[in-house]
Amino acid sequence: MYAQMIKSEASQDDPEKLAAFQARIDRGEKIEPKDWMPEGYRKTLIRQIGQHAHSEIVGQLPEGNWVTRAPTLERKAILLAKVQDEAGHGLYLYCAAETLGISRDEMTEMLLDGRMKYSSIFNYPTLTWADMGAVGWLVDGAAIMNQVPLQRTSYGPYARAMVRICKEESFHQRQGFDVMMKMCQGSEAQKRMAQDALNRFWFPSLMMFGPSDKDSKHSAQSMKWRIKMNTNDELRQKFVDQTVPQAEYLGLTVPDPDLTWNEETGHYDFTEPDWAEFMEVLAGNGPCNRDRMEARNRAWDEGAWVREGLMAHATKQRAVSVAAE
Amino acid sequence: MTQDGNDMTAAKREWPLWEVFIRGQHGMSHRHVGSLHAADAAMAMKNARDVYTRRYEGVSIWVVPSVQITASNPSDKGPMFDPADDKTYRHPTFFDIPDDVGAM
Repeated sequence: MYAQMIKSEASQDDPEKLAAFQARIDRGEKIEPKDWMPEGYRKTLIRQIGQHAHSEIVGQLPEGNWVTRAPTLERKAILLAKVQDEAGHGLYLYCAAETLGISRDEMTEMLLDGRMKYSSIFNYPTLTWADMGAVGWLVDGAAIMNQVPLQRTSYGPYARAMVRICKEESFHQRQGFDVMMKMCQGSEAQKRMAQDALNRFWFPSLMMFGPSDKDSKHSAQSMKWRIKMNTNDELRQKFVDQTVPQAEYLGLTVPDPDLTWNEETGHYDFTEPDWAEFMEVLAGNGPCNRDRMEARNRAWDEGAWVREGLMAHATKQRAVSVAAE
Repeated sequence: MTQDGNDMTAAKREWPLWEVFIRGQHGMSHRHVGSLHAADAAMAMKNARDVYTRRYEGVSIWVVPSVQITASNPSDKGPMFDPADDKTYRHPTFFDIPDDVGAM
């Protein structure tokens, strides 16, 4: 889940129009950019898709950290391909958000001055190579949980972007698991690194799904509009159920002493993450928030002359070709 | 906007939007796959290659400035497409051909 705690907007629109709109969604119709939509639907989607896009972009940073230090040339090529995919996912999503009447530059500026957020998970550091395995396996695994149902979301451009993303995301998760398998088959020191990576990424990964349903006040409207397909707790449970056997396969221990299989429910019982920590990270006080924002701001500021130069060149070329006609 | 571009507002400085169309390997028509930002056509082509064909999704790319596309209006959906509703005779299955006639 790359979008967390998306505030949904109430709509002040004409009740008759709202009802007709809701009926379209209930019939399973896709809403397209030029169709009438409630202002709240539009604003909530901009916030959600924008946050998702920002997460893809900021998500390149913790992995970019290891490109130059990947253990083999093949691993380096794979990691580069994955980081490039994340950039692509960001671009698909920005374009989907742009169909709602906001520009990419506006969204970027809102990220850079803190008005828009990105997922809490990218505020944790990637300290060892095993973290590249844990990020692919757990973080991309958690993202897939949410993104697969979003392929059926009511907003056409968002659903289509999600179809493209899901096709590529599976590679991300599998390459991560592959890194973990290699580490777990390695030396004692490598196994310890893998366990340490799981220890550090387990709870932050569970936080990716957002707060518990009882504290998630924006879910109902978004689910009615089909821009949120499952509740946070449903997805978190699904993720735990899927991931625990994978950890067992690797011979790793999930860092939760209370994790137990519940015969009755057919699910694992597990400890919720520390929500106070989650709120702190969202508030900007996670281990890497400042680094991430500095890196994004620097890239934006230092790239300004390139963006402007290329635009000036294109304008000039156009003028020359018009004059020649 | 003057030619030196100095008085461009922030909004105008943004690279314009392009729509990307790709033809897959199997002889189908170009299909819309998404959009992207680029300063000019050459850059749009290069970006389209990087953003939309990383996994051999196509063998040919078109890029078109988004502003050049005229789209039908959703509110015209009725007048535009309803006339097809009562013309089922345009479909071959409208006509019952006896089995004796053979394949047609």
